[in-house]
Amino acid sequence: MTVNGEERSLDLDPRTSLLDALRDDLRLTGTKKGCDHGQCGACTVLVNGRRINSCLTLAAMHDGDEITTIEGLGAEDNLNELQAAFVECDGFQCGYCTPGQIMSATGMLNEAAEGMPSHVSADLNDGVDLSDAEIAERMSGNLCRCSAYPFIRKAISSVATKEAAE
Amino acid sequence: MKPFEYVRVNDLISAAGALDEKSEIIAGGTNLLDLMKLQVMAPDKVVDITRIPGLDKIEPKGEGLRIGTLVKNADLAADPRIRTGYPVLSRALLAGASGQIRNKATTGGNLLQRTRCPYFYDPEMACNKREPGAGCSAKGGVSRMLAILGTSEDCRAAHPSDMAVALRALNAMIEIRRKNGDTYQLAMDDFYRLPGDRPDIETNLKDGEIITAVILPRPVIGVQSYRKIRDRASYAFALVSVAAVATVEHGLIQNASVAFGGIGARPWADLDVNAFLNGKEPSAELFGEAADLLLTAAITDEGNAFKTTMTRRALIAVMSEVTGLREASVGSDRVGEIA
Amino acid sequence: MNKHLKMDAPQPRVLDETRQGILGKGISRTEGPKKVSGSATYAGDNHPDGMAHGVLLRAGITKGKVTGFDESAAQKIDGYVGLFHGPKFIRNNAQGMADEAPVQPDCEVHYHSQPIGLVVAETFEAARDAALAIKVSYDEEGALVDPKSAPQEDQGGPDVGDLEADMGRADVTVDEIYTTEAQVSAAMELHGSVAQWNDGKLLLQSSLQMLKFNRNEIADSLGIDPENVRILAPYVGGGFGSKLGIGADAVSAAIAARDLGRPVRVIMPRQTVFDAVLRRTETEQRVRLGARSDGTITSIGHDDLVSNLEGEGFAEPTSQASQFLYAAPNRKMQQTVSRNHRTPSGSVRAPGEAVGMLGLEVAMDELAERLGMCPVKLRLQNVPERDPDSGVPFTAHSLTEALKRGAQEFGWKDRKANGARREGEWLIGMGVASAARKNMLLPAKARVTLDGDKAVVETDMTDIGTGSYTIFAQITAEALGLPIENVEVRLADTDYPEASGSGGSFGASSTGSAVFLACQSIREEIAAKCGANDFTLKDGQVTAGGKTTALSDLLDAPLSAVGEIEKGQTSEDHLSSGFGAHFAEVAVNEVSGEVRVRRMLGVFGAGRILNEKTAKSQLVGGMIWGIGAALTEEAAHDPRTGHIITRDLANYHVASHADVPEQIDTILLEERDDYANPIQAKGVGELGISGAGAAVLNAIYNACGVRVRSFPATPDKVMAGLDAM
Ligand SMILES: Cc1cc2nc3c(=O)[nH]c(=O)nc-3n(C[C@H](O)[C@H](O)[C@H](O)COP(=O)(O)OP(=O)(O)OC[C@H]3O[C@@H](n4cnc5c(N)ncnc54)[C@H](O)[C@@H]3O)c2cc1C
Ligand code: FES
Ligand code: FES
Repeated sequence: MTVNGEERSLDLDPRTSLLDALRDDLRLTGTKKGCDHGQCGACTVLVNGRRINSCLTLAAMHDGDEITTIEGLGAEDNLNELQAAFVECDGFQCGYCTPGQIMSATGMLNEAAEGMPSHVSADLNDGVDLSDAEIAERMSGNLCRCSAYPFIRKAISSVATKEAAE
Repeated sequence: MKPFEYVRVNDLISAAGALDEKSEIIAGGTNLLDLMKLQVMAPDKVVDITRIPGLDKIEPKGEGLRIGTLVKNADLAADPRIRTGYPVLSRALLAGASGQIRNKATTGGNLLQRTRCPYFYDPEMACNKREPGAGCSAKGGVSRMLAILGTSEDCRAAHPSDMAVALRALNAMIEIRRKNGDTYQLAMDDFYRLPGDRPDIETNLKDGEIITAVILPRPVIGVQSYRKIRDRASYAFALVSVAAVATVEHGLIQNASVAFGGIGARPWADLDVNAFLNGKEPSAELFGEAADLLLTAAITDEGNAFKTTMTRRALIAVMSEVTGLREASVGSDRVGEIA
Repeated sequence: MNKHLKMDAPQPRVLDETRQGILGKGISRTEGPKKVSGSATYAGDNHPDGMAHGVLLRAGITKGKVTGFDESAAQKIDGYVGLFHGPKFIRNNAQGMADEAPVQPDCEVHYHSQPIGLVVAETFEAARDAALAIKVSYDEEGALVDPKSAPQEDQGGPDVGDLEADMGRADVTVDEIYTTEAQVSAAMELHGSVAQWNDGKLLLQSSLQMLKFNRNEIADSLGIDPENVRILAPYVGGGFGSKLGIGADAVSAAIAARDLGRPVRVIMPRQTVFDAVLRRTETEQRVRLGARSDGTITSIGHDDLVSNLEGEGFAEPTSQASQFLYAAPNRKMQQTVSRNHRTPSGSVRAPGEAVGMLGLEVAMDELAERLGMCPVKLRLQNVPERDPDSGVPFTAHSLTEALKRGAQEFGWKDRKANGARREGEWLIGMGVASAARKNMLLPAKARVTLDGDKAVVETDMTDIGTGSYTIFAQITAEALGLPIENVEVRLADTDYPEASGSGGSFGASSTGSAVFLACQSIREEIAAKCGANDFTLKDGQVTAGGKTTALSDLLDAPLSAVGEIEKGQTSEDHLSSGFGAHFAEVAVNEVSGEVRVRRMLGVFGAGRILNEKTAKSQLVGGMIWGIGAALTEEAAHDPRTGHIITRDLANYHVASHADVPEQIDTILLEERDDYANPIQAKGVGELGISGAGAAVLNAIYNACGVRVRSFPATPDKVMAGLDAM
């Protein structure tokens, strides 16, 4: 598979989740484990551009796939727009859910751009207006126990607004 | 998780060939792996069907649609044909799980997801579904998430799917491929078994059989509605959910089809309730009577008795929106004549 | 060159005189770029060479003895290394500041799913499999798991005046029972440790909040000298009390690593975190209030029943805030502890206030209703002049101002009669509650070294999301007149001076004071060097007697000082507490009883704010915990085994994004607490939760007229009230 643009090949126990493969075999520990059961979102990565929980999939199933993790977005000294917005808006406290929030938001913005509706969309066919309530519903698969939620959404919304303007 | 053999197949024939009584298909993996990590499920072989071409399509079939088993929940909810013709299905899907999970979860996997009964999930607790004859520790336990209809002495688990509730209301059929390559269709009530004394056998799917698609009949004109009541605003399973479609003609209810989640051993529908509604003038009293009819057989305990009242109130509210007695809220969408 | 301060007298506001202008500013977290890029390393991210993986074994009974382990099936597993158990294993996490080993029960089991051993294997997959392959045999004994029928201990409590007599005389009374369910911290980072030994010394990378205590706890558990333990915890993924004391992960990893002569990592699965990390007890609270018809409260009673396991010294101090929040001549608060075999309880964010104020502040709402009085006014009218129990004066006290300011900013005057505001099927209402959280000062040390115009701060304090990295840099930059980029903060290594640790909201003010004192010492040194007492420091330069010199020119060698703080007389003759007011607007669905919080405002007086941005984040985080406590959080116990049934994040509902409104705002009142510490700051981490849930619950009542007294107010409970109407 390709991870953050780099071809990686691994010889793994079939039981290895994509999450554990990333963390323990590729030593990409930016992706976090908060539950290992799809219940928190800390392990969110992009597979072929779409967000998924890397804990609930086998690494072996991703032969040939393109994986993007937090390390693939921007390094400490070269943050992308969304990462920088999280810092600016204080979209985290302990930082543990943060890589998952950022990856999820990246995927979510793509979904919204494709016009995917959400549970709170008043009209299923009327296009997506990323209000705070829409962002909140779409990001609800990412728990944050520090409860930085409003600030996370401010960060996402600032980037969404900028993107929409462009 | 026990060690297993991982087999990736590229067509249905090899899929069927690879399947035996100790193997499991893996599609999205979001339910199977969840349970395998806890050793609630422990197949010797895992057959990956995700690379089989063609199973991820939504295509016209008769006056309705054929949804391939590998269509992702997210894609199904967003498909324009579903949104306009079967909005109750979009709504139910969007009410379930999270964006990430819906991006992985598949149609077939969603139908076959197993109960969220906490006693089933914990190998330290006795469970007849996990281990036939072991006993049911949910009885006398914490029962908030358990079913009140279709249960048995041996099992009180609820079916957790939202999608399946909408499909039940839409009278969807499940297309199954036999081991020999034939396909046949089952109505949902024939697909899901009630627990009885064998709660471990949940469907009539036989070894080597594969779900290939779900077939939707032609859209029901009128308002369709899905309402899910849950313990938090998002990312939680239903306490009670109701899916309903109906047409109102000359002031009378037609084509009423109502299904329920959170309360049944399977995605729950009661044909007597649908029949009772049809041909009548909509009113809150009528819907209350329908609820009484639905709930006469309910078996509850202290921990889930609230579900009868909650179901009743939800049914009245949903049917009121579907029949135009009340203004539609988010979750109710109108389906017009399809050109 | 050290500076030690015992807080025996109020302290001058030095930090209001300094010129750098960085303290209090809402600058972004200095470690932020690491956290958003995934390069901050948490305990479980460590992976030393040769590391083996451990998975904890859980007891399948509630009470009894382990009589044997059958490893035969596990031994057949590829990569199986071995099973570890024995007398050094601990029963549960150490209580906060225990400073010694928790109970080491050997083969005894005291609650269901107690960790009883560690399975180690070459890979995580093999270890997880092996842990389920080991058959454990037990001698099972009967267990009492119901707090009501288990043996109870009377813990006493304040008893002033004659509550019973006054309740009989009072014009208006409230005498109600409120219950709260067990809760958990559920920090997003799983509790985990990586242990490795070198020359008889243990290096432990663990997810912990209070390292100086943790070091002694682990040493005592293992029976080794604390000198031989070094703990590192540079990043901790939330704690909220759950990581105050060491856990089974740390002790078992250390034991296995020593035996195996290789590093071992143990990360608790989420379910084990529920099973075996200290929870917040369920409570049953009887609140009694008596008042004259003019709204003067004459009686406050707050009795509570909580549980904990035998041998645990902690009991949720449920009535802590009730003891000083309002004045009343007759006061009685009686605590009872049930000794049962549920997962033991300990500190979870704002122990005491978080649940006690739900009872008290909902009762206040009921009293206002019965008096026919505005709930804000009732509170304002009963703000005490002095601590009602001890009679000592309060330090800075902003309850009145917070209530008034909040009512105004929130639009409280637009609050309608119960059930009078509706939008479609949603009924809208407003609620208010006071906030209070007692302020504490713990002994703390920190070293600051100034080399030219660059400073380094070193202390074993942790940053669990609380902003320690950032605010210590701000304090240092402010006190020494340096650009913030010139300050490096090194934390969470037991080789550094011993800090307070992070807990009880005392971390920033206690250890921040130590940092400040170290800077003070350096400032004195600088003064001596320029030969002037009157000087200013700014941007790396010192100005004295009209002359400006660069610090790098002034100093020919680095200056280093350790600051040390401890509490003194001021905490005897004053009561220091954070205060505030919460306002909430909710919508109640008239069909389902589902509740949505639409907006919230918290107004707080918490002394000097060290960083406006991070302080607000923590306060808002606390308010959101209040939403969870009011509406969704419930650790349900199986009635037969006591086992927690909602033991994962799908069944235990912490607030999700969708439960939190966009409008959740805070106002920080300008305040200085001169008696608290030399930086005049008080805790913020727990003040935000204290009372927040009660504002939500009171808003439900205003919205629809349903009074729920058993919390959380889940849809079924609200719906039952609606259905009865
Ligand atoms: C945290 C969390 C929250 C959730 N919340 C909700 C919710 O609110 N509402 C809801 O409805 N669901 C919810 N889900 C469940 C989710 O919808 C299911 O996990 C998902 O739909 C399963 O689909 P899958 O493709 O991943 O199935 P898999 O895990 O791949 O498979 C599930 C089962 O189906 C079998 N199977 C799959 N495909 C076929 C086939 N074609 N033929 C025969 N057998 C097949 C597999 O062998 C397996 O036994 C939640 C899940 C999680 C983890
Ligand atoms: S670790 Fe994958 S969702 Fe929690
Ligand atoms: S920042 Fe701590 S959990 Fe989200």
